[in-house]
Amino acid sequence: MVKRIERDRRRFEDIVRGVIKRDLKRHLTRGELIGRRGHEVVSIPVPQIELPRFRYGRRDLGGVGQGGGEIGTPIGTDGPPVGGRGEAGDAPGHHLREVELTIQELAQLMGEELELPRIEPKGARSATVVKDRYTGIKRAGPESLRSFKRTYKEALKRQLALGSYNPGRPAIVPVREDMRYRSWKEEPEPTANAVIVYMMDVSGSMGNEQKEIVRIESFWIDTWIRAHYDGLETRYIVHDAAAREVDRDTFYSTRESGGTRISSAYHLAADMVERNHPAEAWNIYFFHFSDGDNWGGGDDEKCFTLLRDRLLPVANLFGYGQVESRYGSGQFLHALETHLEAENLVLSKIEDRDAILGSIKEFLGKGK
Amino acid sequence: MPDTLTSDLRSLQQQIEQHAREFGLDFFEIVYEVLDWEEINEVAAYGGYPARYPHWRFGMDYLELSRSYAYGLSRIYEMVINNNPTYAYLLAANHYVDQKLVMAHVCGHGDFFKHNFSFAHTNRRMIDEMANHAARIRRYMEAYGESEVEALLDRCLSIDNLIDYNAPHIRRKRWAPRPEESAPARAEPKKLRAKEYMDEYINPEPVLEAERQRLEEAQREEERFPPCPEKDAMLFLLEHAPLKNWERDVLGIVREEAYYFAPQGRTRFINEGWASYWHSRIMTERALEPSEVVDYADHHSGTVATHPGWLNPYKLGLELWRDIEERWNKGRHGVDWEACDEFQVRQAWDTGEMQGRERIFEVRRHYNDVTFIDEFLTADFVRKHGLFTYEYQPATGEYVIADRDFQAVKEKLLFMLTNFGQPRVEVVDANFLNRGELVLGHCYEGIPLKENLARETLENIHYLWKRPVHLETYIDEEPVVMSYDGTEHSLEPREEDGDR
Repeated sequence: MVKRIERDRRRFEDIVRGVIKRDLKRHLTRGELIGRRGHEVVSIPVPQIELPRFRYGRRDLGGVGQGGGEIGTPIGTDGPPVGGRGEAGDAPGHHLREVELTIQELAQLMGEELELPRIEPKGARSATVVKDRYTGIKRAGPESLRSFKRTYKEALKRQLALGSYNPGRPAIVPVREDMRYRSWKEEPEPTANAVIVYMMDVSGSMGNEQKEIVRIESFWIDTWIRAHYDGLETRYIVHDAAAREVDRDTFYSTRESGGTRISSAYHLAADMVERNHPAEAWNIYFFHFSDGDNWGGGDDEKCFTLLRDRLLPVANLFGYGQVESRYGSGQFLHALETHLEAENLVLSKIEDRDAILGSIKEFLGKGK
Repeated sequence: MPDTLTSDLRSLQQQIEQHAREFGLDFFEIVYEVLDWEEINEVAAYGGYPARYPHWRFGMDYLELSRSYAYGLSRIYEMVINNNPTYAYLLAANHYVDQKLVMAHVCGHGDFFKHNFSFAHTNRRMIDEMANHAARIRRYMEAYGESEVEALLDRCLSIDNLIDYNAPHIRRKRWAPRPEESAPARAEPKKLRAKEYMDEYINPEPVLEAERQRLEEAQREEERFPPCPEKDAMLFLLEHAPLKNWERDVLGIVREEAYYFAPQGRTRFINEGWASYWHSRIMTERALEPSEVVDYADHHSGTVATHPGWLNPYKLGLELWRDIEERWNKGRHGVDWEACDEFQVRQAWDTGEMQGRERIFEVRRHYNDVTFIDEFLTADFVRKHGLFTYEYQPATGEYVIADRDFQAVKEKLLFMLTNFGQPRVEVVDANFLNRGELVLGHCYEGIPLKENLARETLENIHYLWKRPVHLETYIDEEPVVMSYDGTEHSLEPREEDGDR
């Protein structure tokens, strides 16, 4: 019987997933979901997973109640509960207005919808963690770790060697030196770690809407990449004419005026990974968001050099997202397009919120 | 179903049933099964039946039940199935006194199922029938694909309230093909005899034309199909929609289950009240140990709790039963009682008639919710128990108490209970415009249908009928026709039909 309800429950959940998937873009671009990062579970309103019927609207119907109160006394905003305790018979419609989904499930749905391939962490690039495992055997140890099997085996070996073992009366009596105890061995264990370095242009031309787009997009990139690695670290760099590393909150709230020198950020990023996240041990992702404005004076060329020599060789992926703004000229994307070609360099143009999903697909669609 | 009762529960069952029989209750054999809360949620999701056809809505109900149990919002104490033998479930974790109470309650339901007229024609072997339905639907799923069958089930369930609630006992009519008819000749009005040159004066053309139209109208009326509105729209579709045999069978299964459940929907107040009345008498007068009083009181008060804005069928039913018994014990009914409006006299009224017991057993046989409330709800009762009507206030977004007047309360209650609180939608015309389009008519009683749901339902009916479907209803108190032609919805104002 358990199996049957499981099947029906799963089928229902599939339907719910279908409905959520249908409106995925709306759910994924809702900023407030991300605000609830601390809570792993998000509630998503699902309109009407009920069988439609000819029926009255509850509001129009009104009803009869019982209890105290004058005429005009409010009795609640939700309307009265329908039905009472469960009993055999047809219960009037339950309404499931919200379903709970973890962020990971939502990311999974996004992956299915965008047909994102699984990311294959690079084998060589894995850090080694030492783990203790109880696999060893020692001659001394606490009684709680005594290995009966090994102890009796040793005793049997000894008795056989001494000729004191009698198969007719197979008594094995361990003595002090037969005792064996379990002990741990230190085993190196490979784990795949990843670091994402987010860079963002915070010069005046990047407005709130642009930053919100970056925030939403990077949230889902984080979530997707995190699902493929044992550990994920994120670093944040903001830049205008100069670059500095900041924490997450500052990253999204900083606003500077002044010019833009993208190479400053690339420089800092390259230094940072070389120092802290050597490419042998880390899967490295760079994402850079800007509105595409860069200072003249050969800074573009500096960027190409940095990319070619220091960033692209170590990166699983370098994503450049150009967020359209009214003020930006949007030249940088074009410049990258014409001067650089690399398998792990992905360029994406993000015109507005609606483009977030497509942009995520461009970045992560290669399964790097 | 295995009998899972432990020996102490079994002897408890014997005791309780002994008490119940001494009170005059009479029921089929009762078979209990003890389940843990997960199992009881599962069984409840299937409406109490151990074997139902697969459908996602059961999974949805299950999730809802388990979630609300997990959050401590509700728990299922009892479930009873109208069947012979009567099946009932006990929650394993329940306290012993709770099991006692539930058993007493179940005896009340069992007696009601066996004797109330509404259940006289229900299938007493429904457990088997449901299992049979499940097997057939599973077979169709294997043959035609799960999603295909599920899609059809969704459609059928979407219209399972389009049955004739007032005639739950009608079995499926025999399907008879209509005789083929040749196109009838255009009706010609009879002319008065007249010489040719007088003809246009004696039989003036405008009069002839009017008569011609009247005849045509009459002819159309005669050819109307169905001849009069069909309340059992499910039956109508079963007989006339272009369905494959297996599809027809699925629709038939859904309709049969809808009819099986209909009497339970129509006797909620009277039946729950009856069971609550008897559990409280059996417990307080016979079965309760002194040590169990507090737990009993706690559970009982939970069952009959009220809060503003919710009419508890257990509570209202129970109080009405007690009221009836008291009135017939004290002779508080009939012409003299009605005529008396002196407070003191009414307070002290007691003719020593002592017909209460007899009366309630009669009433439990012959009444359903509507007739029960229509006949036995009194102004005194409404006042004493604080009943009121409530309305939605668009300005504040709240429901507020609207009226405490006896007539208003009674009317609203009866309206909610008539047709089980469902709008009545009938098949009016199945050959609209002579194009095989289906016209449904909503019997409007001042309350509009929920529009988006109505549109989706029309789509589902179209899936079965396969031709455009129309629904005559009202939106914002204006007569309209909602239509769905298979791709698009449309909404037209409608000339009001005088005779409907």
